[in-house]
Amino acid sequence: MHTQAPTPCSALDGILQHHGHRPTELLQILINAQQLEGWLPAPTLTYLARALHLPRARVEGVAGFYSFLYTRPAGRFRVLFSDNITDRMLGNAELMDALCRKLWIEPGKLSEDGLVSIDATSCTGLCDQGPAMLVNGRAIGQLNHRRINEIAELIRQQRPLAQWPSEYFHIDDNIRRRDALLNLDMKPGAALASAIARGRAGWLAEMQASNLRGRGGAGFATAVKWSSARNAPGEPKVIVCNADEGEPGTFKDRVLLNTYADLVFEGMTLAAWAVGASEGFLYLRGEYSHLLPQLEAVLARRRAEGLLGMRILHEPGFDFDIRIHLGAGAYVCGEESALIESLEGKRGTPRIRPPFPVTCGYLGRPTVVNNVETLAKTCLIALQGGEAFAATGTAQSAGTKLLSISGDCAAPGIYEYPFGVSIARVLEDCGASDTQAVQVGGASGICLAGYEFQRRIAYEDVPTAGAFMIFDGTRDLFEVARSFVHFFTHESCGFCTPCRVGTALLKGFMDKLADGHGAQADLADIDWLDRLLKNASHCGLGSAAPNPVIDTLQKFRPAYERRLVSLDFEPAFDLDAALAEARQLTARDDPGAHLHTHEEGTS
Amino acid sequence: MSKQFLLDGQPVPFEDGQSILEAARKAGHYIPSLCWHKDFPAHGSCKLCIVKAAGRHVSACATPAKEGWEVESNTPEMNGERRALLQMLFVEGNHFCPSCEKSGSCELQALGYEYEMLTSRFRHFYPDRPVDASHPDVLLDFNRCIFCELCVRASRDVDGKSVFALTGRGINKHLVVNAESGRLADTDFSKDDLAAHICPVGVILHKGPGFAVPIGERTYDAASIRSQKLKEEES
Repeated sequence: MHTQAPTPCSALDGILQHHGHRPTELLQILINAQQLEGWLPAPTLTYLARALHLPRARVEGVAGFYSFLYTRPAGRFRVLFSDNITDRMLGNAELMDALCRKLWIEPGKLSEDGLVSIDATSCTGLCDQGPAMLVNGRAIGQLNHRRINEIAELIRQQRPLAQWPSEYFHIDDNIRRRDALLNLDMKPGAALASAIARGRAGWLAEMQASNLRGRGGAGFATAVKWSSARNAPGEPKVIVCNADEGEPGTFKDRVLLNTYADLVFEGMTLAAWAVGASEGFLYLRGEYSHLLPQLEAVLARRRAEGLLGMRILHEPGFDFDIRIHLGAGAYVCGEESALIESLEGKRGTPRIRPPFPVTCGYLGRPTVVNNVETLAKTCLIALQGGEAFAATGTAQSAGTKLLSISGDCAAPGIYEYPFGVSIARVLEDCGASDTQAVQVGGASGICLAGYEFQRRIAYEDVPTAGAFMIFDGTRDLFEVARSFVHFFTHESCGFCTPCRVGTALLKGFMDKLADGHGAQADLADIDWLDRLLKNASHCGLGSAAPNPVIDTLQKFRPAYERRLVSLDFEPAFDLDAALAEARQLTARDDPGAHLHTHEEGTS
Repeated sequence: MSKQFLLDGQPVPFEDGQSILEAARKAGHYIPSLCWHKDFPAHGSCKLCIVKAAGRHVSACATPAKEGWEVESNTPEMNGERRALLQMLFVEGNHFCPSCEKSGSCELQALGYEYEMLTSRFRHFYPDRPVDASHPDVLLDFNRCIFCELCVRASRDVDGKSVFALTGRGINKHLVVNAESGRLADTDFSKDDLAAHICPVGVILHKGPGFAVPIGERTYDAASIRSQKLKEEES
């Protein structure tokens, strides 16, 4: 039995002190408090609520929202296997099974001695070096059976993570193709000096001339966002860098933050100069917490160099600083209004819009939320001018795009291309062969079949936040779509009816087909659910959730149809499966312990 | 001259800032809702008020009306989507109308009738949601919760107590009360709170005499939810 030792209040007081007893820091406080015991016991939540003058129920509400916060005992070693389709293609299920067997535990359950718990989690952004896992939040890639054996041994010996071989935690950038951004070797402050010389209005005019559009997928004009926030009443204004890179298959922001952090922070500061903002946040997804120490070091250096803080580059009235806010396993926080809720220490539920964050964002103040790559690109514009930037790419998509390439190809990693590059060209460059389909833009993106490989990466053709997952002829596109449906069901915030219930229903239908109980009537119901999710959902998560199913049903229908057992109707209830518990209790699994509800076809 | 939009071809006047739903109800046109309440800001979670405005699906409660808009609401398409949303709410919880004290006065049930929901269509989830009978005056039957958050909002914004909150995520989202024990009896909840009287379904039930109103005299026995809600609007 796991005994519940009371958390020392002095440790909690220290955490509260560090965060200034600010309720807006609730999520950060909970993340830190969890590090004390590996989970958040009920008395800890009560103590924190009282200290922050918040209703306890609200604290419990927040703690229950984020996947990486545990309100029930979790292992001293908490192992989470990344479960993107690319991890599955690299055999993560077998590795997870092997680790569970070695440690004598079941997935999702805590070992009896409280030592270890093993479960799956959404894509951790190591698709180019998977299969991947998180151990107590630390990312490990390139898993194989040997490494799993070693990890089992380390856990059994209760060896602290700090004593694990450091090469486990080594994460590669895997940059395969460089263009304007990744070739940029900028002295920190150079872009800022150039923008300051132009004046705030002059700098915004450069941004307008550049036609830069948001790299997070939606493609909204960055200069329009900036000038809306600049003109909106309310102070102090806020710049948020959205590094909650949760879209399955995307990992370019991880590489930018790892190796080009100065460009990202300088981009935020450039935004602050244009908007007149004084407060900045980097919202870093929990999966990337390994980057935290080095990012804090970059911020400290920039403060020392006069690139952050009061009177930046000696410019009177140009005060701006950046704080890092960690996420805790919630894809929906990539949606900008949900991200702002999370920044305020709340559940990451998307807000009703309008009002938009540019007028009413963080604590009701004008707030710009930009993607990591978007902000890094602004350095190019400051250095080379808006027109030079606009001259690259295509008519409606200026500049370059970073692609996160994974799946069936010889060289997965980061590729930077000018907008307008064809799918076929990308496939050739990364060494993909016998390609059946490409999922562009992640789970919420678009699935392209062979006849579409001449299409181009650009807002006017195939828009993308950067994910590019490749599936060769051996892959089953139904299973690809099913894994994405599981992802959306897990990540739905549950606010609106269509997404909360609809994604769970869709998962049920896909699992029914996978279990061999599908019928034609199910395809009609799937179709109807797809439309309802698209039409009625509160935010982009719900309306994008059916995309993988819609695309694959249209382009790879045989992958669904070969799973149908009859042409009309088949119940979801499986009598034989319902007897599983009886079999387990009687320790029987022989043929006589099974019912055969339909003919298997004997030979 | 007041501004107006067209709702299913009928002109509806509105004032700036008014939502499609508010303007429509004021003008005597019913758009259904579960999470909307005239005394609270729009919530937009149940999605039953979904309409098509200028060709786009929007929540009527959360969308400010615009001059000249053509809004579709009482059409086979929109009512079909509403019926599906109701079916979702029914299968997600455990709704056994015949044994529920709120039967006949329940908005979810009334809307099921209004939108001719004959079957639950989808598979039932049968969630495990234990009842909380700890409080001397009030019983909480979470099986019927539709997550409209009216009790959450009433307790927080009017009663000043924050007795209720939501935790969990997605299909596992659920209501909790403001006590470490998780029991309503250990909160400062009172049967006189606004939150004790605002649940549109049968989660928050008062103890004491049960099933006091005979069948035939319950809220939606005599008149449909459509006419009842429009009558409330006039008073």
